[in-house]
Amino acid sequence: MSEFTSSFWDFYIGVVTVVSIVACAVFLKMYSVRRVSGTQTETTGHTWDEDLGEYNSPLPRWWIWLFYITVVFALAYLVLYPGLGSYAGLLNWSQVKQLEEETARAESRYGPIYDRFAAQEVSALADDREALAIGQKLFLNHCAQCHASDGGGLRGFPNLTDRDWLYGGDPETIKTTIMEGRNGIMPPFGSELGAEGAKDLAHYVMSLSGMAADSIRVARGRPLFAQTCAACHGAEGKGNPLLGAPNLTDKIWLYGAGEETIIETIEKGRNNQMPAHKDLLTPAKVHLLTTYVVSLSRPGGTAGK
Amino acid sequence: MLENRNRGALAQPAALVHPGESVEQALYEVRKKIYPRAVHGWFAAWRWALVWATQLVFYGLAWLDWNGRQAVLFEIVQRKFYIFGLVFWPQDIIYLTVLLVISALALFLFTAMAGRLWCGYACPQTVYTEIFMWVEEKIEGQRAARMRLDRESLSARKLALKAAKHAAWIAIALWTGFTFVGYFTPIRELGAAVLSAASPVAQGSALGPWESFWVLFYGFATYGNAGWMREQVCKYMCPYARFQSAMFDQDTLIIAYDRARGEPRGVRSRAADRASLALGDCVECGVCVQVCPTGIDIREGLQYECIGCAACIDGCDQVMDRVGYPRGLIRYSTTHAVERNLGHAQMLRRAFRPRVLVYSAILGAIVIAAAAALWLRVPLKVDVIRDRAAIAREIEGGNIENVYRLQIMNTSESARRFEISVEGLPGIALEGQSAVELAGASAREVPVKVRVPRGGLEPGAHRIVFVVRAPEAEKLAVREKSIFIIR
Repeated sequence: MSEFTSSFWDFYIGVVTVVSIVACAVFLKMYSVRRVSGTQTETTGHTWDEDLGEYNSPLPRWWIWLFYITVVFALAYLVLYPGLGSYAGLLNWSQVKQLEEETARAESRYGPIYDRFAAQEVSALADDREALAIGQKLFLNHCAQCHASDGGGLRGFPNLTDRDWLYGGDPETIKTTIMEGRNGIMPPFGSELGAEGAKDLAHYVMSLSGMAADSIRVARGRPLFAQTCAACHGAEGKGNPLLGAPNLTDKIWLYGAGEETIIETIEKGRNNQMPAHKDLLTPAKVHLLTTYVVSLSRPGGTAGK
Repeated sequence: MLENRNRGALAQPAALVHPGESVEQALYEVRKKIYPRAVHGWFAAWRWALVWATQLVFYGLAWLDWNGRQAVLFEIVQRKFYIFGLVFWPQDIIYLTVLLVISALALFLFTAMAGRLWCGYACPQTVYTEIFMWVEEKIEGQRAARMRLDRESLSARKLALKAAKHAAWIAIALWTGFTFVGYFTPIRELGAAVLSAASPVAQGSALGPWESFWVLFYGFATYGNAGWMREQVCKYMCPYARFQSAMFDQDTLIIAYDRARGEPRGVRSRAADRASLALGDCVECGVCVQVCPTGIDIREGLQYECIGCAACIDGCDQVMDRVGYPRGLIRYSTTHAVERNLGHAQMLRRAFRPRVLVYSAILGAIVIAAAAALWLRVPLKVDVIRDRAAIAREIEGGNIENVYRLQIMNTSESARRFEISVEGLPGIALEGQSAVELAGASAREVPVKVRVPRGGLEPGAHRIVFVVRAPEAEKLAVREKSIFIIR
């Protein structure tokens, strides 16, 4: 337990502590009476503000007992609790143990609340107001920093309220995403394609989702896509949820829809990380969080109404 | 002021010491037990009236119900403070501050006007001491009997009397502790828990360790302070006794002995001719000293131990009646009035001096402002927190979207439906959830989206206002400012 390399310091601290406490008691005893010579002076002899004197008024005797009580308290404390060097105290108390006890108590108190929900399927909880309310609180605490309070996402952080999923939107997949995190990597192709090639490819990608594009570049970009992108995004550009490769034919763009942004993505690649939460959240909490995230994109309903 | 502040030492018997001799002097003094003689009269009646008033409120209020809950309950775990129809939340701490300011100013005002009114009549230390002394007198008898009993050696009778007294004291003290905790834990539940803890068969809700501790702690404090410590609390612990002199002046009402009229004091026979005695009106009966709960002699002038209880006035007046002298040898008066022989009208005129007027004006203004604030208080609170990470979203159709969290607190006790709307920019609209239902005395965090058509708006921050209102109650609406960011 001791942080010191030598046990000398344990003794040193112990001795200094005990001697100080005992000395307090001794001094109290010594100085509760004093010898005065001759005629008693009634005042302390100090004068303030020209005429304010101070009488030598004794304290009540019960007051000194308060001092003695503190001495007794200190000694009793040192016997019961750690305080004298590495001596652990009769009660064997420690901060770590107290934390563990409190954690266990909280677990036994709040655990059943979560366990009740954990036993039910996500689909069964979809209309459970209480489950959604807890899920919303968890979301606001753990997810809203990146995905925004409404789950609508930000540039680079997916929108969770639409029905488009990079890795899949079924409850089990969402749970995996929360527990294990995700790392979506698109490699850079700038050096391979060159500036013109990247621009041609970008125009082909824009044409996939019906955006206005230069038809000559689209024609030039088509073979480049088949050669460079199709492996992950699929021959038709529909994406691949197993890799988290986005569907390029819809109107949803994680980093923005402009030509410049698409070229930047092609040339420099993307590396996007969602952190794993399995160490931060219990499975039961992840279950409720999943319920809430699923409810965000449910047609017609806003969660937690 | 020397006399006022430092009377303590003068009460000490000066040791008889020969010059040049060295003596041992204790730096701590043993408390000399005071046996106050019971007193009846106008001021004692007032004190008892206040004992009844304060204690009926204290012991009784905890048992009143309101809307199916305890009328006055300070729910610490839930952080809701119920006082009849009002529910205070931690956000309402300003009202507590105002209450403390009002209390402090009232204390200043009353002290400047009439000295230690609080100490003499309403302070819990005085009130409980009064109750405990009443019990003591009923069990052990009058002052002389009590003094005799304490001098006696231990006997079965003495033991029985002392045991009965302490049992009664402890019962009152525990009930006081129980009542006090009953303002923080619902008192009926607490009562049930105490009963089940006391019964040999464990049943019902258990008495929590903290409740037990505080019941015993306040019980012990009541027993110790009102039974044992008494005037020691006023003399050595209470800071008010020490700073009161800063609020006193020469026109403050104090308990004053009319020295000019009373001196020279002396015992006299009733038959003696008053004019030929060359004595003042003080017959040196000692009643004023015997009735004093702090054991001082008021004839030595204003002293810091004097709690202004006026027991000596009642005592002296009765003696004056008996000997046929006019009342008021000891009376409520001011230093100026006694010195300069002022009448009531003059004293009253001097009462309205600048410090009294200033205290009254400030106190009145704050009381009116606090009452108005309470009257106009809307039982709905809204905090708007803009999403910090999300600056602004551009969405289809050239709209800009910002995300906010609205913390909506329904501080009334009935369930309510609140409608959320937003205003302040052309075409501004709330997307998604725009109404929320809240149970009584509950709070919800609601994420909302606000959309604004880009139009000709400048990039930057724009002021907007969220309006949360309950459709069924016109007054129940809160407007809360925020900003909308356009990139």
